[in-house]
Amino acid sequence: MNESDRRARLVALAALGFLLVNYPLLALFDVADRVLGVPVLWAYLLLAWASIIALVALISRRPG
Amino acid sequence: MLQTWVVVTVAGAYLALLFAIAYYGDRRADSGRSLISNGSIYALSLAVYATSWTFYGSVGRAATTGVGFLPIYLGPTLMAALGWYGLRKIIRISRRNRITSLADFVSARYGKSTLLGGLVTVVAVVGIVPYIALQLKAVSNTFTILRRYPEIAAPAELDQVPVLHDTGLYVALVMAAFTIVFGTRHLDATERHEGMVAAIAFESVVKLVAFLAVGFFVTFGLFDGFGDLFAQAAADPDVAPLFTLTPEVGYGSWMWLTVLSMLAVVLLPRQWQIAVVENVDERHLIRAMWLFPLYLLAINIFVLPIAFGGVLRFSGSEVDADTFVLALPMTEQQQALALFVFIGGLSAATGMIIVETIALSTMVSNSLVMPLLLRRGSPRLRRGDLGRLVLGVRRVTIVAVLLLGYGYFRGAGEGPALVSLGLVSFAAVAQFAPALIGGLFWKRGTRDGAVAGLLAGFAIWTYTLLLPTLAESGRLPRGFLTDGPFGIALLRPHELFGLAGLDEISHAMLWSMLVNLGAYVMASLARQPGPVEHGQAALFVDGTEGLGEGVPLWRGSATIADLEGLLQRFLGPSGARQAVLAQARERGLDRPPAQADADFIHHVETLLAGAVGAASARVMIASVVKEEPLGLGEVLEILDEASAVRAYSRELERKSQELETATGELRAANERLQELDRLKDDFVTTVTHELRTPLTSIRSFSEILLDNADLGTDERARYLRIIVEETERLTRLINQVLDLSKLESGRAEWHVTEVDIADVVGDSVAETVALFRERGARLAVHVPQDLPPVAADRDRIVQVMLNLLSNAAKFCHPQHGRVEVAVRRQDSVLRVDVRDNGSGIAPEDQQAIFEKFRQGGDVLTSRPRGTGLGLPISQEIVDHLGGRLWVESSPGEGTTFSFTLRRSDTLRPPAAPVDHGAARDTEHR
Repeated sequence: MNESDRRARLVALAALGFLLVNYPLLALFDVADRVLGVPVLWAYLLLAWASIIALVALISRRPG
Repeated sequence: MLQTWVVVTVAGAYLALLFAIAYYGDRRADSGRSLISNGSIYALSLAVYATSWTFYGSVGRAATTGVGFLPIYLGPTLMAALGWYGLRKIIRISRRNRITSLADFVSARYGKSTLLGGLVTVVAVVGIVPYIALQLKAVSNTFTILRRYPEIAAPAELDQVPVLHDTGLYVALVMAAFTIVFGTRHLDATERHEGMVAAIAFESVVKLVAFLAVGFFVTFGLFDGFGDLFAQAAADPDVAPLFTLTPEVGYGSWMWLTVLSMLAVVLLPRQWQIAVVENVDERHLIRAMWLFPLYLLAINIFVLPIAFGGVLRFSGSEVDADTFVLALPMTEQQQALALFVFIGGLSAATGMIIVETIALSTMVSNSLVMPLLLRRGSPRLRRGDLGRLVLGVRRVTIVAVLLLGYGYFRGAGEGPALVSLGLVSFAAVAQFAPALIGGLFWKRGTRDGAVAGLLAGFAIWTYTLLLPTLAESGRLPRGFLTDGPFGIALLRPHELFGLAGLDEISHAMLWSMLVNLGAYVMASLARQPGPVEHGQAALFVDGTEGLGEGVPLWRGSATIADLEGLLQRFLGPSGARQAVLAQARERGLDRPPAQADADFIHHVETLLAGAVGAASARVMIASVVKEEPLGLGEVLEILDEASAVRAYSRELERKSQELETATGELRAANERLQELDRLKDDFVTTVTHELRTPLTSIRSFSEILLDNADLGTDERARYLRIIVEETERLTRLINQVLDLSKLESGRAEWHVTEVDIADVVGDSVAETVALFRERGARLAVHVPQDLPPVAADRDRIVQVMLNLLSNAAKFCHPQHGRVEVAVRRQDSVLRVDVRDNGSGIAPEDQQAIFEKFRQGGDVLTSRPRGTGLGLPISQEIVDHLGGRLWVESSPGEGTTFSFTLRRSDTLRPPAAPVDHGAARDTEHR
C-alpha cells in the first residue's frame, strides 16, 4: 500500500466513522432494550468505536 | 485515614513525584537520551485531552443524558484517523518554519500578521479561562468532599469555602510553580519541554488506572457485574430513560458535539502544544492514531456504569452527579480507593493546567506582548537581553492565566456543571477552524478574511455562551437571559433572532460558524492578498517539500554583525556565534561573510521565529535590514520560480526513474534479440545444411544417370528410387520446417475438441503397422476401457503419436524389436507411454533430442533416419495443449517417450483456439 493509498483509506475511514456514530444509523440503535444484559445503544457505540480504532491500526501499520 | 493532613500529604507527595519525573525527563533530554521519543509516550501525552471533565464531569453528564457524554471522545477518534492527512501537514509546516503555537501558525499563514496573532491569543486566553476554572473547581470540590468524610457534602455546601481555605487556589499556585519551572526553564528555538511531556504521560497513566479502579469497584463490587447493574438500572424509573439518547439529547446536538470535539482535539492550545510543538518525530503519529483513541475508549467504558450506579445508590439524597466517582467509594468506606480517585482527578486537572498554561504563555509572549513591545518599544528594549524578557513575560502570563481561571471559578463557575463549562471553551477554540483549515487548504484565504471571521465568531461566542454563564451565576441580571438585553426578545442570547428549539451549544455553534465562515470567505474574496501573504499562503497550502526553510520573499541587505547582534539577545553570545558559523559552513565558507544575503537573513529570521514567534521575528529583522520592498509581481516571480524549480525537480526525478526502467527493459530486450538472432542464424545454417544433403544426393545420382546412358535398367531404377526418396525427404523436411515455424510463431490453427485418446491411438497404430512389419518389430497396445476424453486437437495428437511410433520403429532393437503403447489415467490428465527396446539414449543426450535437427543414434555412421524436427514439433504441440512431453531412458534398456493431456471433464472448456494463438504470440515477443 503506498502513501497516498493509505491516506485516502484513512480519510474514507473517518468519513465512515462519522456516519456510524451519527443520525440516521445511530437512531436504529437508540432503543430502550438490552442486549446480553447491557443497553443496546451503549453496546453499539462501544463496538463501532472499537472497530474504527482497529481499522485505523490495521491501515496505519507500516508495511513490512 | 482521610484526615486533611493525610490528603494534603499524599497530594503533595504526588506533585513532588511529578516534579521529579519532569526533572528526570529534562535531564535525559539534555544528555541526548530522550525519554519521550516513542509513539506510545506521544499517545499518552495526547491523552491530556482527558481532564477533570472526563474524570468527574462525564459521569455527571451521563447521569442526566445517558451516553450523551460520548461524542466528546468519538470526535477525537475520527480526527485521529485524519491525523495522517491534516495533523502531519501542520507538524511539517510548523517544524519547517519554527512555529511554536497556534497563534503563531495562524499569524505566519496570513503574512506574519501581528494583528491576527494577537487576536488568536486573546480568543484563546478568554476561551480557555472557563476550562481552567473547571479544573480548579473539580479539585477544590473533591478536596472539600474528601475532607468531610464520612459525610458526603451536598453541592450547596461546596460553595461556601473561604478563599484562603480553598484548595483550588493552592492547586493553582503549585501548578504555576510547576509550569514556570518546567515550562519556562530556558528559551529554546523549538519550544519543546521533554520533562513536562514525560510528567504528562505519567499523569495519563495515573488517571486511567484510578478511573478503571473505581469502574471495577462499582461494577463488580457494588453490583454483580454489568448484567446486574444494568438490570437494576432498567427497573428504576429514574434511570431507565437514560438507556436511550432521545428525548434528552437530540441527534443534531449529538452531531454538533462530535464536530466540536473533532475541532477541539486539534485546536485547544494544550492539544496543539502536545500534538504539534512537542512532537519529536512525525512517525509517532502512526501509533498515536489508534493508541490515543484506544485510551479514550478505555477511560470511558465505566462512565455509564458509574453514573447508573451513582443514581441508583444516591437516589433521594442530594449528591452532585459530578462527584459520583469520588462519592461512591466514600459511601462504601473504601478510603484508600477514594484517596486514589482524588489523586487520579488531581492528575487529570494538573495535566491540563500545566500544558494549557505553557501553550497560552508562549502565545501571549510571542504573539501579543513581544510584538507590541517591539513595535513601540523604547530604544532600550531594542538592545538588552530579550531572552530574559520573553521568559519573564511568560512567567507572568502563567500566573495571570491561572489567577484568571481561579477568579472565573469563584465568580461564575460554581453554578454550572463541569461539562457545560468545558463546552464553552470548546466552542471558543472552534472559532479558529475556518482560518486554520482554510489556511491549510485554500490559498485565496487572506488576513482580512481571517481577522473578520475570527472577530465575528468570537463576538457571537461571547454573546451566546460566555455572557450567559455570567448571567446564570448572577453577575449579570437574569433578565438578560430570559427577556433579552433591554427587553429585546429577538436578542435573547440562547434564542438569537428567534432561533429556538436548540440546546445552547448547538445554537451558539450554528450562529458562530455561520458568521465566522461567512465573514472569512467574503472578506478574503473582497481584496487581493498582499505580497507576503501571497507567499506564505503558497508555502502553507502547497506543502513544504523541497523548499528548505521557505523562500525569502523580499530583497534586502544587512551586515552579519547586526544579525549576530540580534541573535545574541536570545541565544547569548556563544549561541549566536555558533548559529552564524553553522550557517556559514552550510554554504561552504570558513567564516561568515561581512554582508548577509537574503537567504542568510531568512535563516536568521526563522531562528528568531522559534524564540519569539513569526510576527515578532519579522519586526526585529526589519529593524536591522535595509529592505527593498517587493511588488506583488516580483513576489509572484520568486514563487513561480520556486514552484517551477520544485516541479522541474519532481518531473526530473520521475523521468530519470522512468528512464532507468526503460533502460533496463531495453537491455533485456536487446539481449533477447541477440539470442534470437543467434538462434535464427543457427537455424538457417542447420536448415541449409539439412537441405543440401538430399539435394547433393539427388544431384549426384541425376548426374550419374545423365552421364551414363548405358546403365542397366535395374541400376537406373535403383538410382531413380533414391532420387524419389530424397525428394520426398526434402518435401517432408520443408513441410516440417514450415509447420514448426507456424507453431512457434503462434500462427498455427488449432481445433481443440473432446478427443477420445483410444481412438487416436488406434488410428495411429493402424497407420504405422506397415512400418513395424517392415522392420520385423512387434507392437503391443494397452488401452483401458472407458477412458475419459481429453481436450486436444485430434490431428495434432495423431501427428505426435505418428512421430513417436515411427521413432520407436526406427530405434527399437534391430532383430527382436518390441514396442509397447500404454495409456493410463493420472489425476486430471491421461498419460500415454510409447516404449521401445532399442539401445537407449545416454543421459547427456536426453535434453538434446528435443532440440531442432538433433537426432538420436550415431550420426556419423549412418545416414540420418529422420528430419530431426519431429520431437521439437511434438513437444511444441503437447505444450500448447497444456500437457508435457518427456523421455525416460538409460543406455541398453530401451527408451520411453511419455506425454500427458488434460482431461476435458475435469477442467473448464479450453479457451477459443485463436486466443491460444494470441497468447503464445505475445509470449514470444
